[in-house]
Amino acid sequence: MYDGGKIITGLIIGIGLIAFPIWLNAGKAVKKADPKLPAKEKQCVEPTQYMLTNHMEVLDLWRDSVVRLGDRYFISFDGKKYRVSLQNTCMSAECHPKKKEFCDECHDYMGIEPYCWDCHIEKGEKK
Amino acid sequence: MNVIVSLTISSIAVVVLVLIPLIGVWGLHLHYLFGVVIPYLAAATFFVGIVYRVVDWAKSPVPFRIPSTCGQQKTMPWVKRTYVDYLDNPDSTLGTVLRMVLEILCFRSLFRNTKLQFGSGEKIKYASAKWLWLGAIVFHYAFLTVLIRHLWLFTEPVPFFVQLLNKLDGFLQIFVPTIYLSGFVLGAAVTYLLLRRLFIPQVRYVSLPADYFPLLLIIGMAFTGILMRYLLKVDMIKVKELTLGLVRFSPRVPDGIGVIFYIHLFLVSSLFAYFPFSKLVHMAGVFLSPTRNLSNNSRAVRHINPWNYPVKVHTYQAYEDEFREKMKAAGLPVEKE
Ligand code: HEC
Ligand code: HEC
Ligand code: HEM
Repeated sequence: MYDGGKIITGLIIGIGLIAFPIWLNAGKAVKKADPKLPAKEKQCVEPTQYMLTNHMEVLDLWRDSVVRLGDRYFISFDGKKYRVSLQNTCMSAECHPKKKEFCDECHDYMGIEPYCWDCHIEKGEKK
Repeated sequence: MNVIVSLTISSIAVVVLVLIPLIGVWGLHLHYLFGVVIPYLAAATFFVGIVYRVVDWAKSPVPFRIPSTCGQQKTMPWVKRTYVDYLDNPDSTLGTVLRMVLEILCFRSLFRNTKLQFGSGEKIKYASAKWLWLGAIVFHYAFLTVLIRHLWLFTEPVPFFVQLLNKLDGFLQIFVPTIYLSGFVLGAAVTYLLLRRLFIPQVRYVSLPADYFPLLLIIGMAFTGILMRYLLKVDMIKVKELTLGLVRFSPRVPDGIGVIFYIHLFLVSSLFAYFPFSKLVHMAGVFLSPTRNLSNNSRAVRHINPWNYPVKVHTYQAYEDEFREKMKAAGLPVEKE
């Protein structure tokens, strides 16, 4: 090999960089997100499977409904009437009162931080 | 090869690569094969292949420096050199390192691209042509950004630089889920690179399936990724369970991840497996370009060809010593009596 020392060093650095996620994770167990579900309520405003993938779109729809159309009520798929509100409906005492135990549980797991909380606040939180 | 034939072959190849996971996962329920086995095989092929290629290159001798004539080489002290000459025609290690940095991070060679243009009358001129450079650099940085952002699926906790990049990439805060610009920029840039091949006759003439296929494959990857994130939606918590399982070597496949995820993953696996066998391996090769990574010091340092075998020499002195008597007898002049 010609210039073997330099090339092998470069190769090790390159492979090491690309394999970053492998050595960063070495020896760790697979974690799962474990959001705390409401104790009594059994049904969300949309079917669970839909909420898992599309809750951000539901929230977006709700937001538009209030701030663009002035419509503060929402009829759910199973015919129930809800007041459209992130803090007072989604995060009401019966449903998902604790942001830490619910929203953050998944979002921290994914490493994302929706910007909604720049303005909206959790119940009891002071800004 | 004719452009129609080339395009047809490579498009069919990409369509087949979409159909395989579609049938395999949707029809045959081979979730483990497409979620775990194939990604692992692809990653192994990628790493082994790259190492093999680089070691193979390292075995080829590069006996001489190849001074590219972009700048004035170091010579007599009174021949002026500017900083451009130091970078383009370096004689020191530092200069060479800087030339490599410019090449790899800024695509300097591509930036120097010129185009022959006909002016008025008989005159021709070489004007700078930067569109290829622009398309290429946008494409590569968008790809890198998308790739680094994907680390959110392979790390837990997600490192700060990935979170920061996500924030920067989504800084417009439009649409929910937030639009990440890099994905769309990637799609646009690679489409430009494809159209360029199709519409410029000279470039079309030198393009082969090996050129169209990677472009189409990357378009497919970007398209399925965007489709998944913004329209078809998959359960990301389950996806992350799968991806974390892969890098933590305890693979498992949660039920209920949409087939679009497996299609995206299969296209990506195909790219990784194809990488070492194709022109894409320039990612590693650029570091070994002899016209870029060797300092141009041929005038200052003697470079000996490594495959020179020791030549047996018979000097005139030795020859004369051997045949002096015979030479004298034949009346030939000799140097030493
Ligand atoms: C710039 C500050 C700001 C940000 C950021 C913001 N909101 Fe709002 N949001 C408001 C204001 C102001 C209202 C109007 C409150 C009202 O009229 O009741 C509102 C109303 C809403 C409503 C309906 C009313 C209610 O009580 O909930 C929803 C749902 C909502 N926002 C969701 C979101 C989501 C989801 C995000 C993040 C993607 C978000 N908002 C980000 C300021 C903001
Ligand atoms: C089951 C896990 C889970 C729970 C619980 C959850 N989320 Fe999410 N959320 C996610 C995932 C995963 C994403 C990222 C999806 C993506 O980027 O494709 C997300 C994204 C979002 C987004 C869009 C962020 C962006 O920048 O695109 C908003 C807004 C959001 N969630 C709001 C909420 C709120 C509010 C709650 C609590 C009431 C909540 N989520 C609870 C998993 C969850
Ligand atoms: C070279 C590699 C890859 C490219 C170019 C690519 C491209 C993309 C693009 C353009 C998107 C759209 C959204 C975004 O910009 O984040 C995306 C999303 C996605 N990709 Fe990839 N991808 C690659 C590798 C992978 C790998 C290896 C996986 C998993 C094993 C993966 C899983 C996903 C998932 C799950 C999404 C959806 C994200 C969401 O919904 O928020 N991708 N990809």
